[in-house]
Amino acid sequence: MADFALAATTETEPRWRVIGRTAFPFLVVGAIWEIVARAGLFPPRLFPSLEAIAAALWRLTLSGVLPHHALDTVIRLGVGFALAAVAGVAVGIAMGRSRLAEDIALPLVSIGAPIPGLAYAPLFLLWFGLGNVSAVLLVAFVSAFPIVFNTWTGVKAVKEIWVRSAQAMGADDARLFRHVILPGALPYILTGLRLGLAQAWRILVGVEMLAAVPWGLGWMIFGAREFLNMDVMLAGVAVIAMIGLALEKLVFQRLEKFTVVRWGMMT
Amino acid sequence: MSERARSYLRAAVTLACAAALYEALARSGWFAPALMPTLPQVASALAASLADGTMLGHTVSTLYRVLFGLALAIVAGLPLGILMARFRAVENFVLPLASALMPIPSLAWVPVFILWFGLGNTVAILIVFYAALFPMLLNTWTGVRAVNPLWLRAAGAMGAGEQALFWKVIIPGASPFIITGLRQAFLRAWIAVVGAEMLAASDWGLGWVIFDAKEFLNTPLMLASLAVIGAIGFVFERLMFGSLERATVLRWGMVRAAKG
Repeated sequence: MADFALAATTETEPRWRVIGRTAFPFLVVGAIWEIVARAGLFPPRLFPSLEAIAAALWRLTLSGVLPHHALDTVIRLGVGFALAAVAGVAVGIAMGRSRLAEDIALPLVSIGAPIPGLAYAPLFLLWFGLGNVSAVLLVAFVSAFPIVFNTWTGVKAVKEIWVRSAQAMGADDARLFRHVILPGALPYILTGLRLGLAQAWRILVGVEMLAAVPWGLGWMIFGAREFLNMDVMLAGVAVIAMIGLALEKLVFQRLEKFTVVRWGMMT
Repeated sequence: MSERARSYLRAAVTLACAAALYEALARSGWFAPALMPTLPQVASALAASLADGTMLGHTVSTLYRVLFGLALAIVAGLPLGILMARFRAVENFVLPLASALMPIPSLAWVPVFILWFGLGNTVAILIVFYAALFPMLLNTWTGVRAVNPLWLRAAGAMGAGEQALFWKVIIPGASPFIITGLRQAFLRAWIAVVGAEMLAASDWGLGWVIFDAKEFLNTPLMLASLAVIGAIGFVFERLMFGSLERATVLRWGMVRAAKG
């Protein structure tokens, strides 16, 4: 196929051309946005020019407001995800190793998983009050589901014969766990962690809007709406995009590469 | 007793135990009864809202939003994904934009869309569209590119025209990915619609009713709506996409790819 041949030659394309090609669509969209914004079709308060958005971004960054919001969002994401990772991996391993734990947890997890995380938000707000505790717990709760499922699948997927041969060679429970079960299940666990982090990121912004936390990008956007500060809102969305992109490039793709390269698996 | 029946029995026993535990906690009076209603209260709230038709109304408006948005995402994402895979220029233009927009959670747009389009259905539908578009687009793109070039050449050698090639080879070949995309799109859309309904209050919708019930501390109704949301998600995920998968990719013998 011509497409495939073309795909092969573009690998050796010079760097500046790749950059130019990537930047081109943004320039086109940016130009269209700018023309629409300056044409006065919409009130400038609702459809600010790129210059106004960049100015808002600059102003808020210099005053330290935007970094504070962003930092709180990232910390909330990190704490919630860490809770979910610890609890999810522990529950998943217990489910994979013990029949009793599996019987207890699996029906509960299967019932809880199909409910979208944000639907629990009002319930968490009632139980734990407005603010940080609810937000972090909700993020942890929601992102725990994929982690539990994948860890459980991974431990189940460890070949019985590896476990038995390790036991025959005299490995005790601790060594069995450390040297056989954990490495065997690790690709699945990493996939679960990746899915969990993506899930956490997807609902965190919404949670921040609902839970009325004092700082956080979601709250900043939601609060700016009250004052019709569209430039601030779009600057917030831009920062959210940057954090999301950084997560994608620095965490997800690395994790993926790590698993794919080390275990020869495609995820 | 067969293994299957035994695992169902175990699940039933577990759920009964969990329900009994919850009931005991709710009745013990350790927590405020307004925050932790007993199961009969939840059941009667569910029955009452079903009987007077309000729950049905909420369900219908949520489904309308989610299906409308999903349909828009399919109509836009599917052709665009195919074009991206077939034409390098389209790919070069769309892919950078998609990878920049994709990491933005759809809910971040809610306040922006509220200001642009006002409260109501439009915002919810657009948020669903945004959430569902990217899984649809990227999976279609990957799927069409993953069609075995050997099949294309074989079909071409046997005299298939462009049209036959497209409908008989490319679409079935990409279908496992497309169905995976549809599944992911629905899951994201389902999350997005609940969030959008909570934030962009309109008068109907399952997300809205949960949020509204919170204001009046109507916890039984909240839990009842949560159950309805879970049931619908379960029906879509297991029954609809499961049977869609059985009718298409399983029949065509392409299950392995569908798991990817």
